[in-house]
Amino acid sequence: MALKGWKELEPGVVILEPGNTIEYKSGTWRTFRPVIDMEKCIHCMICWIYCPDSCIMVKDSKLVGFDYEHCKGCGICAHECPKEAITMIEEAKAKAEEAK
Amino acid sequence: MVEAMVKKPIVKALEGDKAVTEAIRQINPDVMAAYPVTPQTEIVMEFAELVAEGLVDTEYIRVESEHAAMSSCIGAASAGARAMTATCGPGLALMWETLWVTSGLRCPIVMAVVNRSLSAPLNILTDQTDMMGSRDSGWVQIYAENHQEVYDNFIQAVRIAEHPDVMLPIMCGHAGFVLGHTLGRVEVLPDEVVRKFVGEYKPLYSILDIEHPKTIGAYDHWDYFFEHRRQLFEAINNVLRVIPEIAQEYGKISGRYYGLVESYRLDDAEVAILIIGSGAGACREAVDAMRQKGVKAGMLKVRCFRPFPADEIVKALKGKKAVAAMDRCECFGGEGGPLFIEACSAFFNRGLPMKMIDYFYGLGGRDTVPSEFCDIFRELFQIAETDKIKPPLVRYLAVRE
Ligand code: SF4
Ligand code: SF4
Repeated sequence: MALKGWKELEPGVVILEPGNTIEYKSGTWRTFRPVIDMEKCIHCMICWIYCPDSCIMVKDSKLVGFDYEHCKGCGICAHECPKEAITMIEEAKAKAEEAK
Repeated sequence: MVEAMVKKPIVKALEGDKAVTEAIRQINPDVMAAYPVTPQTEIVMEFAELVAEGLVDTEYIRVESEHAAMSSCIGAASAGARAMTATCGPGLALMWETLWVTSGLRCPIVMAVVNRSLSAPLNILTDQTDMMGSRDSGWVQIYAENHQEVYDNFIQAVRIAEHPDVMLPIMCGHAGFVLGHTLGRVEVLPDEVVRKFVGEYKPLYSILDIEHPKTIGAYDHWDYFFEHRRQLFEAINNVLRVIPEIAQEYGKISGRYYGLVESYRLDDAEVAILIIGSGAGACREAVDAMRQKGVKAGMLKVRCFRPFPADEIVKALKGKKAVAAMDRCECFGGEGGPLFIEACSAFFNRGLPMKMIDYFYGLGGRDTVPSEFCDIFRELFQIAETDKIKPPLVRYLAVRE
């Protein structure tokens, strides 16, 4: 997202475009990353209800993964899951794995 | 646009506080949220009566503190309402956090500040420590010398604050008791002339405009905070252009013209006193007394302190042999008071020499009489003659050792 200069900004601290928080990549804050064990998941959607950042991705009433661009790794989903289907793993380690 | 000047003035004997209430009644704002505190109480008390009697359409919010008063005004302004309040001394101090929110959110709230000292020692009398303490909060600041200016300033304040190039809150200061609780002659304008002059408030945004959802007051990281602050620097500097424009328009309906500063017998003066607010009254008398003796003394009154009218001050005082800045506030540990410091820097920055001394005066309601100003003029002439300032540079007027 290109940063605006002061002349381009609306006066006052106002956001006129609803839902533009999606442009803000809070995924960069993450220290721990949630990963799902599909074997255990019963698609009860409890994690979807609790996630404060709407990062549980759902398709046809089934959990299909996480929006890692915005998931900030709070771990609430893992804590609330009744089936312990979500594990929080270290982001740095996960990144290192991906890089391999 | 502008009404022809009112032929026959309506003259009233009003206390300074009452002059504010009268102005607010005529403006008929959407919301007033205020908490009573001496010596501002009369304003909110009498305005509450007007609301109770149905003489205004204003929604009056009785709050539990000044912090809540300003917060309510911010909420109202964000909803698209014209909101006002009044406070003084400790009340303004309690508002401090929200002052910055008001300017940051660009809420053009108009506030009367009945200047009162800050404790301790506990004191309810006048000095300008309250407003001077909040001078850098992004609020426009104008000060009244007399009852007429209390009224005139408040009405013009609405237009200054709501000007599209400004959209900032404004404080209108007047001395507690000295102006606030004494009767003065005030020419008031007819209600319809005031209403036409202030016009209808056009908010930048309104939360109640549900067709256009918006967020007001979101968090800024280091990525945007500075840019939003940069906008404020620009907006408040625009006030230097806007105040004279509004004053011209107001002059046409009232016959009374105001500027950022006002000179008194200054053109041919050799020495001058630079002052803000009600003390200018006694200073005028001192100027007249000196002039009767053939001594060329003059005065420059600063009406608008924020933004600081540096160009006007330099233009008016340039070439004077010596100037005394009068600071009616505490500024502990600084190199003088705010008026002195900023006036000095105005001259320095333009590469102009100026022999200037500073007087702290009138703290906690202490009266300053014409003879004391005459002494200062004599002091200034001594500086002019010897071309030397005998230390100290910063002095305390009429304080017992
Ligand atoms: S709470 Fe657990 S079981 Fe339920 S949908 Fe989420 S991951 Fe699956
Ligand atoms: S870790 Fe937090 S932000 Fe990420 S998906 Fe789980 S609940 Fe949502």
